[in-house]
Amino acid sequence: MKVYADNAATTKMSRASIDAMLPYMDEEYGNPSSLHSAGQRAAEALQRARETIAKYLGCDAKEITFTSGGSEADNQAILSAAAAGRKKGKKHIISTAFEHHAVLHTLKKLEKQGFEITLLDVHENGVISPEQVASAIRSDTCLVTVMYANNEIGTVQPIAEIGAVCREKGVLFHTDAVQAAVHVLIDVRKQNIDLLSVSAHKFHGPKGAGALYARKGVILTNVIEGGAQERGKRAGTENIPAIMGMAAAFEESCLAMEENNAKMSAMRDRLIDGLSGIPYSILNGDRFYRLPGIVNFCFEGIEGESLLLLLDQKGIYASSGSACTSGSLDPSHVLLAIGRPHEIAHGSLRLSLSVYNTDEEIDHILKAVPAVVEYLRGMSPLWRDLETGKRKHILK
Amino acid sequence: MALYSEKVMDHFYNPRNVGVIENADGVGEVGNAICGDIMKIYLKIDNNVITDVKFETFGCGSAIASSSMATELIKGKPLSEALTLTNKAVAEALDGLPPHKMHCSVLAEEAIKAAVMDYYDKNGISYDRTQFPDCGSCEHCGHCTEG
Repeated sequence: MKVYADNAATTKMSRASIDAMLPYMDEEYGNPSSLHSAGQRAAEALQRARETIAKYLGCDAKEITFTSGGSEADNQAILSAAAAGRKKGKKHIISTAFEHHAVLHTLKKLEKQGFEITLLDVHENGVISPEQVASAIRSDTCLVTVMYANNEIGTVQPIAEIGAVCREKGVLFHTDAVQAAVHVLIDVRKQNIDLLSVSAHKFHGPKGAGALYARKGVILTNVIEGGAQERGKRAGTENIPAIMGMAAAFEESCLAMEENNAKMSAMRDRLIDGLSGIPYSILNGDRFYRLPGIVNFCFEGIEGESLLLLLDQKGIYASSGSACTSGSLDPSHVLLAIGRPHEIAHGSLRLSLSVYNTDEEIDHILKAVPAVVEYLRGMSPLWRDLETGKRKHILK
Repeated sequence: MALYSEKVMDHFYNPRNVGVIENADGVGEVGNAICGDIMKIYLKIDNNVITDVKFETFGCGSAIASSSMATELIKGKPLSEALTLTNKAVAEALDGLPPHKMHCSVLAEEAIKAAVMDYYDKNGISYDRTQFPDCGSCEHCGHCTEG
């Protein structure tokens, strides 16, 4: 049995998404910038896709800019807000310690350019409060950027409340909704969101397409210079097939959100309940403020990469925040941000589901993971020390 | 997975000499939990020959494979020969390791040397301490606070 449980990394494309793409590679391959009718048909298709994305975000089509994906959308959102801030002498940005690197590395870059960055503490449960944002906002704050839901531990942030705080204080608010989109109800107007990023391949669309919502009046700066595509804000011939695939996938998943969430969260809860039975393990992130598809655990005494390789051998595709899987020396910044010590963070496992997973697959995972953890603990000198009392257990 | 050679995967999936030797003649432990890898080697030594060897490892796939291969390479060998085992030899015997995993082969070499040093210490055998690694020489990470 093969079980794909790494949907936070990327997802299988839906049939509807593939079908929406195909004509734009084959018959309708025109360039929307062309004057002839083949080009104009492509331009019309692009407009339809823009309207679809806008409809499910609760904004106008004009407020959508297509990008190459979530990272580009995050980069552009933050750099745009920073450029606007710089003009007014406002060079302070608020974010959180567990953002995606597309956000954190962009903020690092701005820090080198003289911006001051405040990263809010995300607490052990991985949820920030609107009060934290309110008290961090200063007169020179130009942007608050808080992810809608965390990609590693799946915790969902109080976005509408943060949006209200930012709007009241007159500070731009961006949210990276890459992981949350199609699993939470997004309404950018009601939630007072000024900028928002999504990525197609996280919701059964193709890789290489994303969208940035920017509220009317928020001026975007270019990340890519060139032609006048996307109202001059994002140069380069539009990736029409991928954009059509993204719009189809987004619509399909948004329409089925309630049903999909119910199915996924039932499977997620089975995983959480089952894996909690492993001694000296801990669920990462709040149990309730959580996406329907993400489960993340730490197991004491073992290392995540070997866990992944053994699960792979059993046909289970998962991921880990262990240092060894990232090629860096430190384990996941997200797990460190919620206060997991290094030695615990190394033993993490993320299982991320989609609507395509089945109960039989959950059974398989629930059988495999405890066995693999036990096997690895059996050869771990660290585990031996914990069991013989030479070291003290950190987890319960 | 193409991340590792077939040999690494073989030694990872079917590690040789896993376990503990009760009343071992020499035991060496290197690495630390914060870095994410600990390797422990147990030696049975008879007449300056390694008659048995076992290992326990907390770490990634290549750490487990490196331990397994290293134990194979020294089993039945005289101490003098085991001490010449380099991390490169361990990595080569595994048909190579990715560059950022070479550290695992270093741990294997050091764990063996630490176990031999323990044997020398226990038996009052003198040796040139400079020929052996000590914790702190490891440049793998900045977390070496455990000793």
